[in-house]
Amino acid sequence: MSSYEVNGQTVEADEEGYITNLNEWSEDLAKVIAEVEDIDMNEEHWAVVNFLREYYEEYQIAPAVRVLIKAIKKQMGPEIGNNKYMYELFPYGPAKQACKIAGLPKPTGCV
Amino acid sequence: MSTLHTVNKSPFTNQSLLSCIAHAKAGDAVLMIEDGVYGAPAGTAVADALAARAGEVSIYVLGPDLAARGLDAGRILDGVNAVDYAGFVDLAAKHDRAVAWL
Amino acid sequence: MSEDVKKFLYLNRKAPYGTIYALEALEVVLIGAAFDQDVSLAFLDDGVFQLTKGQDTKEIGVKNFSPTFRALGDYEVTKLYVEKESLDERGLSADDLQEIMYEDEDDDWAEKPSIHIVSRAEMADLIADQDVVLSF
Repeated sequence: MSSYEVNGQTVEADEEGYITNLNEWSEDLAKVIAEVEDIDMNEEHWAVVNFLREYYEEYQIAPAVRVLIKAIKKQMGPEIGNNKYMYELFPYGPAKQACKIAGLPKPTGCV
Repeated sequence: MSTLHTVNKSPFTNQSLLSCIAHAKAGDAVLMIEDGVYGAPAGTAVADALAARAGEVSIYVLGPDLAARGLDAGRILDGVNAVDYAGFVDLAAKHDRAVAWL
Repeated sequence: MSEDVKKFLYLNRKAPYGTIYALEALEVVLIGAAFDQDVSLAFLDDGVFQLTKGQDTKEIGVKNFSPTFRALGDYEVTKLYVEKESLDERGLSADDLQEIMYEDEDDDWAEKPSIHIVSRAEMADLIADQDVVLSF
């Protein structure tokens, strides 16, 4: 994967599918990336994606997965903010996969 | 409990040596290595600052780095001792932690 | 905390954008936070410039990572020690530093400041109290 096509535009991505220019993100692009990732975006997926974008905007980093889960738990309750549920939402890792959909770089420390 | 401090920058471009000796505690060791060895000769602008702590802090310089730079081991400040690589290892083993002043 | 917990100090002595040291240090701190250790950060000499408020890197084309220090609390890194003498030498005071808070889990999530201004002698004591000191 080195680019996505959205509304007739090409958006560049790295070899792992993370877009290279954060400013090119849009909800339509998120849907395209999610499709590639085989994820059917529901309200909870969007809540996580939006949380990640807000976190990045404020702190200039994508949070580590345990930080993400703790924050989601605080914001949306323990039914959603737990390891198991988050991995159900994003089977390839909530931080890794959700960050990709949110148009953010791969989280620091995520190998 | 004591600390081995290493300094690898010339004291004439960088505050590392002065900051190091200001933070070293009695019983600690300071070892000048690489360009840090330019701080070892007598008669430099940092000699007085080093001499002032040389009683309570042990001050060393790495001989091979002195030699590489053509500095005469016979002209280093009183109270500063030259060590070889084995001496460096001994210092690291003797102290509880090492702090690099970069 | 288990008996295996060691005291780690990250020693920051470089200004933020002239070299890569400061950013590298912050990344190591964030990655290292996954290991449950007793972590402190020390800022002395030019390292105090890392925490000043109002940094804006738009025109120099590098990332402004100063907001990331405010995320450290989420990573349970809550002890940032800044040397007063280093501030004084540079014409700075505590008011020139950004506010960095954390929520204390053991105190009903009360917001508390992470930054502590310490004297040079206290900084020396802090260094002497560590198991491991990592310099940047």
